[in-house]
Amino acid sequence: MIDFSPAEKSVATEQITRPSLSYWQDAWQRLKKNTRAIISLYIIVFLAFFTILGPFVWQVDPALQDLNQVSQAPALPKQALLSGAYEQWQRIVIQDFPAEPDAYREQVDAPESLRLIDIATTQGIRLAWNPVEGAGGYNIYRNERYPEGFNDLGLPLGSTYAGNEIGYEDRLSLEPFTYYYSVVPTDGFDEYEVYSVLTVTPQLTITIDEAKARNLVSDTATPGDVVFLEFHPLGTDYLGRDMLARLMEGARVSLFIGIFAPFFFVLFGIAYGGFAGYFGGRLDAVLMRFADFVVALPFLLFMILFKIAFGVGPGESGIIPMLIALVLLSWPATARLVRGQVLQIREQGYIEAARLLGGRDYYLIFRHIIPNTMGVILVTLTFAVPAAIFTEAFLSFIGMGVVPPTPSWGSMCNEGVKTMLSHPHELIFPAVLISITVLAFNLLGDGLTEALDSRLRSRE
Amino acid sequence: MLIYTLKRLVAGIITVWFIATATFIAMHQVPGDPLMNDKAVSDEIRQNLEQRYGLDKPVSQQYLIFLRNMLPPDPDFGISFTQQNRRVNDIIKDHFPVSAILGLLAITFATLGGILFGALTAIYRNRLPDFIIMFLVILGISVPSFVFAALGQLLLVNVNALIGYSLIPVAGWGTVMHMLMPSLVLGLGTMALLTRLMRSSMLEVVNEDYIKTARAKGLSPIRIFFKHQLRNAILPVITILGPQIAAITTGGFVVEYVFAIPGLGRYFIQAVQQLDYTVIMGTTVFYGAFLVLMVITVDVLYGFIDPRVRLQ
Repeated sequence: MIDFSPAEKSVATEQITRPSLSYWQDAWQRLKKNTRAIISLYIIVFLAFFTILGPFVWQVDPALQDLNQVSQAPALPKQALLSGAYEQWQRIVIQDFPAEPDAYREQVDAPESLRLIDIATTQGIRLAWNPVEGAGGYNIYRNERYPEGFNDLGLPLGSTYAGNEIGYEDRLSLEPFTYYYSVVPTDGFDEYEVYSVLTVTPQLTITIDEAKARNLVSDTATPGDVVFLEFHPLGTDYLGRDMLARLMEGARVSLFIGIFAPFFFVLFGIAYGGFAGYFGGRLDAVLMRFADFVVALPFLLFMILFKIAFGVGPGESGIIPMLIALVLLSWPATARLVRGQVLQIREQGYIEAARLLGGRDYYLIFRHIIPNTMGVILVTLTFAVPAAIFTEAFLSFIGMGVVPPTPSWGSMCNEGVKTMLSHPHELIFPAVLISITVLAFNLLGDGLTEALDSRLRSRE
Repeated sequence: MLIYTLKRLVAGIITVWFIATATFIAMHQVPGDPLMNDKAVSDEIRQNLEQRYGLDKPVSQQYLIFLRNMLPPDPDFGISFTQQNRRVNDIIKDHFPVSAILGLLAITFATLGGILFGALTAIYRNRLPDFIIMFLVILGISVPSFVFAALGQLLLVNVNALIGYSLIPVAGWGTVMHMLMPSLVLGLGTMALLTRLMRSSMLEVVNEDYIKTARAKGLSPIRIFFKHQLRNAILPVITILGPQIAAITTGGFVVEYVFAIPGLGRYFIQAVQQLDYTVIMGTTVFYGAFLVLMVITVDVLYGFIDPRVRLQ
């Protein structure tokens, strides 16, 4: 007799050796393997800190103008000389010298011993020279390089109209650079072709009252002291405003639009697409046809039209109208995507099962359908952020978005483009920030697509 | 195919009507009226002007007048409010060709570059050329066009300074040399996108059965690459050209602005900044119709190129 003893059931093979993972845990594990996406995630977190906490760490008013340091490239803190209040310049007139020459001369000598009176500061440079025999006046020129001849004297600053008035004060937007002053004697009207040159490098100065007003010095400071001016780690813009503070302020606008516009239009798209997809039929056809029309609208033209329609003309900031316009024009893409997903999921077995068990429509939608579209939606959201940031930057760039004095990265680029050749840092910093932000969101989106794509998962 | 084209055309006409209506409504939401602007006009002039533009009629009639004026074959967009004696039609006629040439050059450049680089990355998949090109592509997608425009100008200034004379002008319009840099800048974003698309499309095609068959038949790799792989991979790239034309047109606004090109985009921005209503409405409707037509053309052409679409 054959004894049929049951085969021993091996318990060990039935055991699941690895902990079970939910969809999101699995996706997170995949994302962690993607170095580029993780670096992008860190960048985004850093940007969030930069925007939200930055202004608390770097407490500089983004609208404050530092006129001593206009369009300054990133540099270490600068020193400046404290000076007293400005004192009126007394004209230098020599009494025992004729104001007008007795007779016209063909040729005169160049002015001798052209010299500085007091020390040269950015508050004013005071020149004096010896009177020239036969001159009826003097013209004063300023150049930023050594003059190469009589036709290269530079900027005409002013004239004196007497042969015995032998001094001049230059207060015309002085910077701590080296200047070359030339003095040309005239006969009262026309110049003689001789000149003397003086090289002057003024010291950066700030009046004591202004320094006190800007909290740079204590009350005990006296003229002649050396103080440190405000520190601008990223330099200043063309109005002397701190770039770092403006970038932080501008990040608020750019990221506000960049985050909230996609959030709202994706939300609306989910509702619209979910509704159309779930109920289907004629309603679906009508709703989707309407979405098709909205897609066909020329996007940026309508952004601008919307802004005008909201009564926000050029020259006014319209962050909220911009947000609304973005939402109103961008939702159809998400709606289409969600609808497609819903149409697929609707036919799945588990929906049928849930319905058989008595699940109502809203339960099915919120418990089963929407959570299952979340992956796709998340990816859309990540790619929508850079698009929205681009749109904001574009609108601000052409002057239809945020306008001065509110900074945004786009409008800062617009201002920077104008001074691009002489002060490139004003363009580079906002441009780099826009690019990095968009890059980070794009790479994160790529990473999320790979991590959440179920087709890729089943392939492994 | 004919029915498909007709269907698309009808949908396109409805879209243009939708755009015109939306423009009209948006413009009528604006507080004040066009004649309220700078100078105070006397009552007689005001009445005349209102009659001329139909502003004294109820909104519904104004809307009908607006629509009737726009009907082909002779659409009339009215007279510019800020540029004296200039019809919007003339502005479009004078400046649209400039924008069109710029856009055409940009899209040619973008398509050729995109297909070339996309194919290259697919051939050198996961090797150095692939990494370099894909890195540049990500840069191209992430950097706004106005930054590229500024950098392009900076480059030209330096190149011209280096060689001592103005080989390629930094701004302006007129000769072929003027067109090079703006169209390059304008096409860059689209080129990056097309490269990316072309790469994935090429990689998908490689695994198709007909490639295996071709290989099994003993065809030369070059023939397989051009005849079988490239031709099939280009198809999905063409579909995105329609929407990309729209992107290039609006991108053209910025490029025209930065490079001081007298195109329609620059006039549009100017009109917006000066609230020149007729110009805004005219250009919006014109651009809208143009873009819709472009998308339809690309879609229909796609049907001719790809027989599979025709069967559906």
